[in-house]
Amino acid sequence: MAIRPAIVGVGQTYHRSKRPDVNIGELCTEAVRAALEDAKLPPEKIGAFVVGNMELFEGRYMQDMWQTDFVGAVGKPLIRVTTGGTTGGTLASVAFEHVASGMFDLVMAVGFEKQSEGDTRAGLKTVADPLWNRWQTTGAIGYFARVATFYIKETGAPEDAGSRVRLRLARHAARNPHAHLRMDLESVDQVMKFPYLIPPLRQSDMCPASEGACAIIVASEETARKLPRKPVWVDDWTSVHKEMVYVRGGRHSTADLEMAADRLFRRNGIREPMKDISVAEIYAPATWAELEWLEAYGFCEKGDAWKLEEKGQFHFDGPFPVNPSGGVVCTNPIGATGLIRVAECALQLRGDAGEHQITRKPTRGFSTAWGGSGWTVAHLLSADGL
Amino acid sequence: MASGEAFVVEGKLRVPYDNWYGTLASAFFRELRDHGKIRGIRCPACEKVYMPPRSVCPRCLGTLSVWVDLPPTGTLQTFTVVHYDYGQYYQPMKPPYLLGIIRLDGADTGLCHLLGECHLLGEVEQQELAPGLRVEARFREDRKGNILDIVYFRPIR
Repeated sequence: MAIRPAIVGVGQTYHRSKRPDVNIGELCTEAVRAALEDAKLPPEKIGAFVVGNMELFEGRYMQDMWQTDFVGAVGKPLIRVTTGGTTGGTLASVAFEHVASGMFDLVMAVGFEKQSEGDTRAGLKTVADPLWNRWQTTGAIGYFARVATFYIKETGAPEDAGSRVRLRLARHAARNPHAHLRMDLESVDQVMKFPYLIPPLRQSDMCPASEGACAIIVASEETARKLPRKPVWVDDWTSVHKEMVYVRGGRHSTADLEMAADRLFRRNGIREPMKDISVAEIYAPATWAELEWLEAYGFCEKGDAWKLEEKGQFHFDGPFPVNPSGGVVCTNPIGATGLIRVAECALQLRGDAGEHQITRKPTRGFSTAWGGSGWTVAHLLSADGL
Repeated sequence: MASGEAFVVEGKLRVPYDNWYGTLASAFFRELRDHGKIRGIRCPACEKVYMPPRSVCPRCLGTLSVWVDLPPTGTLQTFTVVHYDYGQYYQPMKPPYLLGIIRLDGADTGLCHLLGECHLLGEVEQQELAPGLRVEARFREDRKGNILDIVYFRPIR
């Protein structure tokens, strides 16, 4: 890598099911201003912008035409990136590449979603192959019911394993002022009272549809060292998208997730991921996916994640904190979701996460974004002065 | 291809949407609907008056909150004649019709709107159309709170 990028500022809005008080541009401005304030930078210093969200979710294409005026990008280079569920992660990757290439010194990435404004089903319907699969697709719930079913079948996990994940995430979200669902959940029994969507998947196992935005500011190493915030170094990133369709005989694949994490870990000398990495912010839209994917990333052996969950290993004050922000199950403004993972990791590595700051010493952070057919974007960050 | 028969997947997507105006634009359209008044908004830092109004200054990203009452009169900056018929779902009226960019008196930016009425350019004589033409807004009687509460702009005679 020619130039080492660093995250020098992050910002996000609060999240709700509906934000009738702002239009899409104004929502983005809130996150942009928060990031500029965090970085202590005036808007004119930003050299280029990377913006994105899900296609069609608000009934609009090319939302960059609306975003430009509201993020401070008038007259400056701006590129729209939209890679489905992974959009937020790709926004970060492209911002890193803008800086690493040497073309820009300060780059801002902005992701948002305002799901109450459109019919997300219409957007998702267009994802499927029109000839073979479009007539049968509806959304994400069926997919994650299958994840849950296979996870129980293959690992012997009890039916309350997903609810334990939810309980942890609810506790985390309660400490995060930016989280959308901050439910007061006390016990697994209480979570198990939520109705089934498709057994064994309960309503409490799935993410909400959120409205919100996130922005990060990326700088070159030279500039980052001059700025007031402790820089968070971007060590590596990757994107894996190799599965064409979900329907491939029996079991769904986690090959993309495995390859993405394996590639980052091998390239960066990470042999014991749970030891070498101190925080993970992973894009898992359902509780059961958190368990399955922690195994797919190689943090633990197949079939061990639910046992570690039972032991409380993944709590923000535990030995391997997973989604201390409350994760995607509590907050999912899709086009921003992957970027929030990066921003939350950066806050943890700076020690600035407040109430949900991990108690373990922050060294390295691992964040992911996930999208249709397994597409995985992954980032590896590290704290300054390691 | 061996056979001349080509199959096509036929379908239609339903893409409903409800794009919120936001607080600021809601205030603008409430005033337009209830009182037939047009207001711009000033950026104190950039000393610009935006019409259409907006909550965020695109130049300095500052919050805009200083309303400026504007008269319904302004100057035509440029215009075009729309002849091509895309069908009823995509155009405000049947072509031909005129679209112009009008800078209201006291504003620094232009609003794109209809000129005259559609059929044979309505109240507008084509030869008098030129940048610099003085125009005024004609308001609807039963206003709904959207930009078509202004029926069109017509020359001041």
